[in-house]
Amino acid sequence: MTATSGTAAEQEQTGAGPGPDRAEPAVFEVSDLEVSFPGGRGNADVTAVRGVSYEVRRGEILGIVGESGSGKSVSSLAAIGLLPDYARVSGSIRLHGEELLGLDDRTMAKKRGRAVSMVFQDPLSGLTPVYTVGDQVAEAVQVHNPQTSREAAQKRAVELLTLVGIPDAERRRRSFPHEFSGGMRQRVMIAIAIANDPDVIICDEPTTALDVTIQAQILEVLKTAQRETGAAIVMITHDLGVVAGLVDRVQVMYAGRLVETGAVDDVYYNTRMPYTMGLLGSVPRLDQDEKTPLIPIKGNPPSLTDMPPGCPFAPRCPIAVPECDAAEPPLERVGGAGHRAACIRAGEIEANAWTARDVYPVSEIERNPVSQVPRADRETVLRVDDLAKHHPLMRGALFKRRVGTVYAVDGLTFDVREGETLALVGESGCGKSSTLMEILSLDQPQQGTVEVLGKRSGRMSNRERMQVRGDVQVVFQDPMSSLDPRMRVFEIIAEPLHTHGYSKERVRSRVLELMELVGLDRSAVTRSPAEFSGGQRQRIGIARALALEPKLLVLDEPVSALDVSIQAGVINLLEELKARLGLSYLFVAHDLSVVRHIADRVAVMYLGKIVEIGDVQSIYRRPTHPYTKALLSAIPLPDPEKERRREHVVLQGDLPNPADPPSGCRFRTRCQKFAVLSEEDRSTCREREPELRHRVEGAADQAAACHYADTEASS
Amino acid sequence: MAKFLIRRLLSYLVLIFLASSIAYLIAASTLDPRGHFEQMQPPPSDQAIEKELNKLNLNDETPLAERYATWATGVATADFGRTIKDQSVNENIARKAGVSLRLIVAGTLIGATLGVAMGAYAAVRQYGRFDRVTTVAAFFLLAVPAVVVAVILQVSAVWLNDVSGMRLLEYGGEYSPNLQAGFWGTLADRVQHAILPTLALSLSLFAAFSRYQRNMMLDVLGSDFVRTAMAKGLTRRAAMIKHALRTALIPTITYFTFTFGILIANATFTEKIFGWHGMGAWVVDSIATQDVNAVAAVTFFMAVCVMAASFLSDVLYAWLDPRVRVS
Repeated sequence: MTATSGTAAEQEQTGAGPGPDRAEPAVFEVSDLEVSFPGGRGNADVTAVRGVSYEVRRGEILGIVGESGSGKSVSSLAAIGLLPDYARVSGSIRLHGEELLGLDDRTMAKKRGRAVSMVFQDPLSGLTPVYTVGDQVAEAVQVHNPQTSREAAQKRAVELLTLVGIPDAERRRRSFPHEFSGGMRQRVMIAIAIANDPDVIICDEPTTALDVTIQAQILEVLKTAQRETGAAIVMITHDLGVVAGLVDRVQVMYAGRLVETGAVDDVYYNTRMPYTMGLLGSVPRLDQDEKTPLIPIKGNPPSLTDMPPGCPFAPRCPIAVPECDAAEPPLERVGGAGHRAACIRAGEIEANAWTARDVYPVSEIERNPVSQVPRADRETVLRVDDLAKHHPLMRGALFKRRVGTVYAVDGLTFDVREGETLALVGESGCGKSSTLMEILSLDQPQQGTVEVLGKRSGRMSNRERMQVRGDVQVVFQDPMSSLDPRMRVFEIIAEPLHTHGYSKERVRSRVLELMELVGLDRSAVTRSPAEFSGGQRQRIGIARALALEPKLLVLDEPVSALDVSIQAGVINLLEELKARLGLSYLFVAHDLSVVRHIADRVAVMYLGKIVEIGDVQSIYRRPTHPYTKALLSAIPLPDPEKERRREHVVLQGDLPNPADPPSGCRFRTRCQKFAVLSEEDRSTCREREPELRHRVEGAADQAAACHYADTEASS
Repeated sequence: MAKFLIRRLLSYLVLIFLASSIAYLIAASTLDPRGHFEQMQPPPSDQAIEKELNKLNLNDETPLAERYATWATGVATADFGRTIKDQSVNENIARKAGVSLRLIVAGTLIGATLGVAMGAYAAVRQYGRFDRVTTVAAFFLLAVPAVVVAVILQVSAVWLNDVSGMRLLEYGGEYSPNLQAGFWGTLADRVQHAILPTLALSLSLFAAFSRYQRNMMLDVLGSDFVRTAMAKGLTRRAAMIKHALRTALIPTITYFTFTFGILIANATFTEKIFGWHGMGAWVVDSIATQDVNAVAAVTFFMAVCVMAASFLSDVLYAWLDPRVRVS
């Protein structure tokens, strides 16, 4: 089934485009908001928000964009009075002209959820685990309408759950949160938020924790919610792609302040603040044909405890001049109506029509000579043939009996050649990580073979195993938890070297060499991981993985936990290292946008199987499998014009239960193509499992597992 | 759900049987009833001892298995045999079990409820004055043995009575003997006697529970779901009780099962110190008088208490965390 969005009719309803009538009074107004947290015990105070102002009108969507630590979440929590008591808030927050700041908890509670409601980032922990979802929605109804009977509230809950797209809501309202997937839980959160027809809905990164396909669904639900309630929406995010097609106005925050605000087209097309440029440039883009390096913003956001007097972005800004450090630039009008930026060089930027490419120096990444050699002539670093990993499902406490099988990985075949990057892409739960773990275990797989550097897993002597371990290294997803917090950086990087018997002097020089290689300061080796930011920690993780000069690096979502601007830096580093050291990568990711910039070949996985595999050019220019198309379509473009015109393929529902995969083609239950097939054609999908083979004439390296793969050359 | 509870109940019955059997076997093989009779003044004749021992099923010449079989057959027909003084164990249980149960139930209810409430409140006001006071109090009670706490209570009761010039608090026995005061007077007298022992028992429970509940509560206070509840429109207080405390109570229920054994041991001391003739005091006396049947019977009673507490916490757990009912 397909659902499309971005049609002209819808745009009018959501008020996108020219913007709402300025004469209408603002529903929600925040002015000069300042939030600080006392440091306590001699530490300096943390000022998280410094003078933020915004207003939203009925039916308007405002985007607030910024990296973690920019104060965007704190300002929204302040707006609905959910900051801890010790936070000091000043300024003004007005709802329909009524001041909210300083109201006591009881009065504020009457506003929360009725006039102003909120959708939070992490749906997994956002619902109370011991109440059914129906009860939790009904509670939101009853708390503001105490005279509502229990039955009426439950009935309303079912209506709301149906509205946000929970199938069979009458039955599913009795489910507990743990029985719902992340996307479903976020729908419940939205149902709670719209339960009392609020005037303002604040969405704090509502899709960040979700898969791209689910993100697309949730954005659709939010649009529906807004249509139904006519509320003003404040959309907080770090991803300029998500808001491009959705919002009317954008505000960019940095270090607790607004640095650029304006109508969405102005901000995206006539960017005046170098920080915004950097953010835009660091988003991986699918709409550009040429593979260009991403634009990373160097350095890290400033500490909010003691801010330097000048522009807070100056230390990271490539076009900073000495005057930037003199005083913080005010937010001044530039260009179009309502377009304001806080940069003393905004005028120059406008006059010279500078773009991100002019402002940020982009270094071309050299190519490794190996990559010139045709693929077939290169050495095979990793060969996986018909690999399977099935987990038994057990029931019973004393006597365990097998009640089913989870087909985590079910017959994978691929290879990685020297100097090549293969990306494994798919939604969470599709078996990507299980595949990695099977490869890294170096044990005999349940089915099929894994051959690392010509040696077969499970057939190696202990000596050989140890050697292969050194040649295959891994970088994990979460840099916060993959480094031992009690070890110094030196010990962390030196650990693999010690294990493999390097001499003391050799270890020392190698660690320092590695620090430089990943772009960290040599002197930082004596510090502990807690003193580094996420991006820097991931660099430490990479340094550790490179310590033994491996030939194959396995990367398990190495950038998905990082902010966009930092993410770009790490991706560029990985590309540079690959070229310099002649590495091969097996790169696992959940979305196709990041992969575009780093991979040579892509394998798209669905429920433990590869549905499409091929070189990057072919896959992105001409995806043939409906699932690949859906994944590509779900990625938002940081380009408002294109985004509004685009028709998204929104996949229905969640990944099916891997213990009970659909018969025939596993994707058919969510397939947009299957939905439009004739009944006769459908039976093929139901009965026969499609095999992975070449479907397109002329594309040598592209294969898809679909009976009705697109064979015409279209985009 | 009912099926789950019945299964649990059955396994508890097996455990009770095992616990009291082991207790009987250990008591029968280590205690020395013959010695008890031999030390009587004037010493009975050997034949008399032999006759008495056989009658009470305490003769160490009879094989242990045979004595056990006799005892177990009795227990199966709800007869726990006779004490070493040739009284019915059943009658003793009937008289003493109520005393212990009153103490244990009241002590548990008061200690656990106060502990949970004060622990949760201390967590909400972390590092506030209330939190600091309860923390110091709880650590003091945890560090001092229950016996010492009981004695301190007695000493303070004496002081209080002296200062007020009245007998406000009683610290010996369960009631005043030969009291003729009608229903209300008797009740008041009982309460007067019960305050100190109950307090002694509940204080240690309060200390453990308040610390545990405080930590559990702190874990959930910052949870996203509490924030969601407030964002819905619940006041902070309502969100704390309905969402945070409800979730934080679940691990405490499990903790209750673990601490119940210690509680029964404390009850034994308390009974002994305050001169209550309950099961705990009885088991101590029985060991001194080499009374095998009484020791086995008290162990049986304590096993039943522990299992009843476990069963109660199973029920409470299922009530608090409905997720176990569906999966």
